[in-house]
Amino acid sequence: MLTKRIIPCLDIKNGRTVKGVNFVDLRDAGDPVELAKIYSDEGADELVFLDISATEERRKTLVDLVRKVASTINIPFTVGGGISTVEDVEVLLQNGADKVSINSSAVKNPQLINDLAQKFGSQCVVVAIDAKQIDGQWIVHLVGGKVPTELNLFDWAKEVEERGAGEILFTSMDNDGTKNGFANEALAKLSQLVNIPIIASGGAGTIQHFVNTFIDGKADAALAASVFHFKEIEIKALKKELKNNNIEVRI
Amino acid sequence: MKIVIINYGAGNIQSIMFAIERLGFKAILSNDPEEIKSADKVIFPGVGEASYAMRMLKQSGLDVLIPTLKQPVFGICLGMQLMCNKSEEGNTEGLGIFDVDVIKFSSKVKVPQMGWNTIYNLKSDLFKGISENEYMYLVHSFYAPICKETIATTDYEVAYSSALENNNFYGTQFHPEKSGDIGEQILGNFLKL
Repeated sequence: MLTKRIIPCLDIKNGRTVKGVNFVDLRDAGDPVELAKIYSDEGADELVFLDISATEERRKTLVDLVRKVASTINIPFTVGGGISTVEDVEVLLQNGADKVSINSSAVKNPQLINDLAQKFGSQCVVVAIDAKQIDGQWIVHLVGGKVPTELNLFDWAKEVEERGAGEILFTSMDNDGTKNGFANEALAKLSQLVNIPIIASGGAGTIQHFVNTFIDGKADAALAASVFHFKEIEIKALKKELKNNNIEVRI
Repeated sequence: MKIVIINYGAGNIQSIMFAIERLGFKAILSNDPEEIKSADKVIFPGVGEASYAMRMLKQSGLDVLIPTLKQPVFGICLGMQLMCNKSEEGNTEGLGIFDVDVIKFSSKVKVPQMGWNTIYNLKSDLFKGISENEYMYLVHSFYAPICKETIATTDYEVAYSSALENNNFYGTQFHPEKSGDIGEQILGNFLKL
């Protein structure tokens, strides 16, 4: 049976991880490659690298990082952040990335989804959607949830599927950072609406939250950052508990 | 040992290169028929859309060359699918190495299948030392049904072929280069054939 996936997310700035990490066995807490290796060894099913640097040098640094990660780990990984053209994607895939995640650039230029799916295949196109509720409506936001758009989450999700996205990474800005659990109601609705995999993001605080998002939120995968970085939740223990709840996982 | 990865403009070749390096070997990327013919092992990768990939193969005459190869050849993902008779994707004629037609998953399940799933009924030296029901990483919307050349089975909507073998030709639907240490072991088994 296809398993549910656990995906740690690493924020990268100028080739270094930025969010504090709490691994005692890390020689260099800022080295994304070393962290990636640890997560991979602990049983992460995939990794996401989100590049948040804004310098001119970012692209070259990111490409170097992608090569190092791809040469070190043997599980799939996604690269996101600041990707806006077919050329951006080409260079990342050529250097060993398996998928790319696009967010604002897809909202600004939806045709980019079609172009990427056509050229590289849907399997490597993840569309990340950040949304929060305004007057009971889930509204898509840009720039880490700061800038609202006119788009409704569910309409946009349907559109990105039709344009050829292979997967949707949905972050609820209402839940993100709260550690109160994922936005399971919206996730379940999304999962019913589209026929591509949905990655739940935003709100992970306890193991039970993961159980809930797979059962109630019908998510195909769950992504989290700080609970893994600070070792509040260990992937091995998490997967064991998911299995105890009859959720199929790779152990 | 000379390992050639067929480079025809489709596929995530770098990941396979790195996996081979981790196994202690070096691979050459090439679309040159002479180079491919002289290899000890040939890897035929593929990611993307079938009809486009087939067009790229035809442009370099590789569609004619590949079925005539005598050394072990390993098709991965779309590479395996192109080695079948035909694919429903883009109504594509395949290389006819595996006697099966590739068809699409129905909308009863999420398409693509994306993630880790088990392989079982393992029947080949490719799986030497590999236990039944190990997890492999798969990403695909089309699949090869069970046939006489099936050497591994996976369940998603139906039981289908997650690996095929015919004489010196091998194919896996899963990505051994992205399937952790066990996946790497399968790639290593191929290199030892």
